[in-house]
Amino acid sequence: MTITLAHYLVLGAILFATSVIGIFLNRKNIIVLLMAIELMLLSVNMNFIAFSHYLGDMAGQVFVFFILTVAAAEAAIGLAILVVLFRKVDTINAEDLDHLKG
Amino acid sequence: MTFDTSTLFAAFFYAFAGLLVLSALRVITARNPVHAALFLVLAFFCASGLWMLLKAEFLSLALILVYVGAVMVLFLFVVMMLDLDIEHLRRDFKKFLPVAFLMGAVIVLELSIVLIRSFIGTSSPVQPMLEEMATSNTQALGMLIFVDYVYAFEVAGVILLVAIIAAVALTLRNRKDSKAQNIHEQVNVNSADRMRIVKMDSDMAAKQDSRGEKK
Repeated sequence: MTITLAHYLVLGAILFATSVIGIFLNRKNIIVLLMAIELMLLSVNMNFIAFSHYLGDMAGQVFVFFILTVAAAEAAIGLAILVVLFRKVDTINAEDLDHLKG
Repeated sequence: MTFDTSTLFAAFFYAFAGLLVLSALRVITARNPVHAALFLVLAFFCASGLWMLLKAEFLSLALILVYVGAVMVLFLFVVMMLDLDIEHLRRDFKKFLPVAFLMGAVIVLELSIVLIRSFIGTSSPVQPMLEEMATSNTQALGMLIFVDYVYAFEVAGVILLVAIIAAVALTLRNRKDSKAQNIHEQVNVNSADRMRIVKMDSDMAAKQDSRGEKK
């Protein structure tokens, strides 16, 4: 019973699908939406590292490093925007945020 | 019954993977956002264990430091700071359940079909990468980042700087009751902004006239 590359790829697929389901279910709660996006990035990173290990190329791990950087920046700015939004309109319900009338 | 390394590897893989999927499910279904954040921390720990199995030691420790230590603490701060109406936010939760699970099943099926057909045979590393370099994972990663990808690395640093400045600039609030001087405004003031000169006629004569008329 050896763990193949396909095992990791299917795990990444399940994780990605879980976070897509989470985005569908928590369409109103922006905080949980941000957490689901973090889970998506985690599944992508999982695929990168699995490919890097099984195909013997370190460049995949370098890419994961940069994805971690960008994800941290994204989380910081996203949460800052969320705090400003909550101060202004006193809600984080995504359906109440229709000021642009798009 | 003897445990060889591949059986032990598989046991650890299934343990971490099962816990990872369970905690991911709890993240998206938890009623309280604080619980969701804590389950996300558990998911990151499981993912870190899986990466350790893949011999990516530096990144698995960086995942714990960066995500659990920084990003999730930030999430917890924000979740606890906001006063949320959870019942209102979860009102339509049940309505989207069937379509969401349909979408998820379709995504898993499609990805699995494509990936398994392409990579079913790859069970062990095609070319062992660390043996030929004879270095640790951290050293190999450092050699790549600081030699081959040094410009990308500096751009990543600039991105982090932009994130710091943007987060501070977004959330910084000037207090209304602060007594601090604004030197720039004080120096640039014009006399017209401070003093208004109004021309009016001599008022006393007019008043005396009106009194005289009343009498």
